[in-house]
Amino acid sequence: MTGRTSPLARRRARAAWLFLAPVLAVLVLVAAWPLAATIGLGFTDARLDRPEAPRFVGLANYARFGPDAESWDAERQGYFVYDEANDAMLLYRAAEDAFYDWDTGAPHAGPVDRAALFQWHGILTDPVWWRSVWNTALFTVVSVGLEVALGLVIALALHAHMPGRGLVRAAILIPWAIPTVVSAQMWGWMLHDQVGVVNEILLGLGLIGERLAWTADDATAIWAVVAVDVWKTTPFMALLLLAALQMLPEEVFEAGRLDGVHPLKMFWRVTLPLIRPALMVAVIFRLLDALRVFDLFYLLTSNSDRTLAMSVYARREMIEFQDLGRGSAAATLVFLVIAGFTAAYVALGRMTLEPER
Amino acid sequence: MIPAIPYRIRRRIGRALFALLLAAILGYTVFPFYWAIVTSLKTGSALFEPRLWPREPGLGNYLAVFREQPFARNIANSAIVAGTVTLLSLFLGITAAFALGRIRFAGRRPTMLVILAVSMFPQIALLSGLFQLIRWLGLYNSLWALILAYLIFTLPFTVWILTAFIRELPRELEEAAIVDGAGPWQTLTRVMLPLMAPAMAAAGLLAFIAAWNEFLFALTFTLTNDQRTVPVAIALISGSSAFELPWGNIMAASVVVTLPLIVLVLAFQRRIVAGLTAGAVKG
Repeated sequence: MTGRTSPLARRRARAAWLFLAPVLAVLVLVAAWPLAATIGLGFTDARLDRPEAPRFVGLANYARFGPDAESWDAERQGYFVYDEANDAMLLYRAAEDAFYDWDTGAPHAGPVDRAALFQWHGILTDPVWWRSVWNTALFTVVSVGLEVALGLVIALALHAHMPGRGLVRAAILIPWAIPTVVSAQMWGWMLHDQVGVVNEILLGLGLIGERLAWTADDATAIWAVVAVDVWKTTPFMALLLLAALQMLPEEVFEAGRLDGVHPLKMFWRVTLPLIRPALMVAVIFRLLDALRVFDLFYLLTSNSDRTLAMSVYARREMIEFQDLGRGSAAATLVFLVIAGFTAAYVALGRMTLEPER
Repeated sequence: MIPAIPYRIRRRIGRALFALLLAAILGYTVFPFYWAIVTSLKTGSALFEPRLWPREPGLGNYLAVFREQPFARNIANSAIVAGTVTLLSLFLGITAAFALGRIRFAGRRPTMLVILAVSMFPQIALLSGLFQLIRWLGLYNSLWALILAYLIFTLPFTVWILTAFIRELPRELEEAAIVDGAGPWQTLTRVMLPLMAPAMAAAGLLAFIAAWNEFLFALTFTLTNDQRTVPVAIALISGSSAFELPWGNIMAASVVVTLPLIVLVLAFQRRIVAGLTAGAVKG
């Protein structure tokens, strides 16, 4: 824009900010502020079951090498440690990295068996966290991959001019509309180890020799979660891809058909490249969605240490273990992972900001 | 390709395979819900027989759900929360969409980027901050906590969808209004709003469904049975022991809350698909 803005344009710009103000105010209140608070809490030892003001602990929730957190003594601002090898009761001050005699408070002169007193603490050194990262990554890659493949098949089928198309298009919206909790319960019932219909069918077909405990068994639970997610979200993928297919010029396919190009070749060489932009957008949206998965893991699996997703891990620390600081730190990590993916995508220049129809 | 088979037969085989594919897709998408309905009509030991239709269908499970817990109250809670969130999002969203879609001003693109970024926020990253905010406002275990929290995800995509639609309205309409001396507010409410009804319906439906289905915030910010929304109530239906879940009740409750959604979705199919595709950013 040049310097010659008309009074009308200026008045309209003012009106624009006035019109935007309520939305921006709400987003600051319910999104920006809570996010900042979560990140801030991640640097403290806040607990739900302790009313005192939380203490700043730096990166201790992420990774810390030192004595147990339980041995913290608020009054003396240090950790109480008992050095068994040297039979000494000591006060450890982390900031100075120095030991004091517990009873006298004088600097401790003798030797200290650090290897026995200090361990790694924090999320980044917790195998349960890394297990949840692995579960989430596996879930994301497999379910989004299956959703793309199945979604493409359904979109192509719906794009073909066949009777019964409208019925199928309506039917695939059903799983999308069903609440995740209901999907989880429905599938939980179908996958029931004793009386589930899935076991019944697979037994009848001779595909399994005995009834499997799909959701209770940690090894199969993640595949049950993938199955339900694929069932629930493939329609979304299929509809986005169908919309992309319907925007393609019909002539391209006419020409191909007249030239006798094999349909499969046509798909790989013409259709797929043409819908690639829409496909990429759908995949990115689903990836970001899958990485923050909570409901299905929480509801379908036994929530043992081996079947957590990152979001479930964070909530468990926060609410069940009442460790608000550590849970917030885990939530911050989830945010960073997703922000990283988003930033990479925007930086790759694949996203135009203008919504189009 | 198999050249030995004549074209007509090949075509017929192709059609049959295609019909089979459609049937498979149909079965895969519909069967789980059908099975939930069938299960909800079975009682007693019939529950554990894998029959495609119950021998003696009955509504006992439905009565039990409403008798054994405040399920009617839960449904009312969900309706209040989802309805209020939808109206708030539409009202806030349409004014923002007017500014973003119809007015050229410095800072428009950054604002859109910020709104898009908020829609990417993982809910878990807001949980502890929101929890503090809600306790500080004294809203813990109240429906207002959920209404406030749900705006995080309904507002960005409502703004986004409405912006996509409002940009499509012809320029002449607005120019005529300006010539007639209408300010931005009159232009929006008198000229644009009537034309935006279909888009509002699409965005409103998506917001309502998202709020009706939400689980994580509802689970964390409510405590007592009478403040719970439907998803939490269904997740927490339990029997006398962990191994004796009342599956009949759970399926009956599931059908009750899902049927209206399915009717809504089928009735407004085209609108929803239009909204979904407008909501996604084109690369």
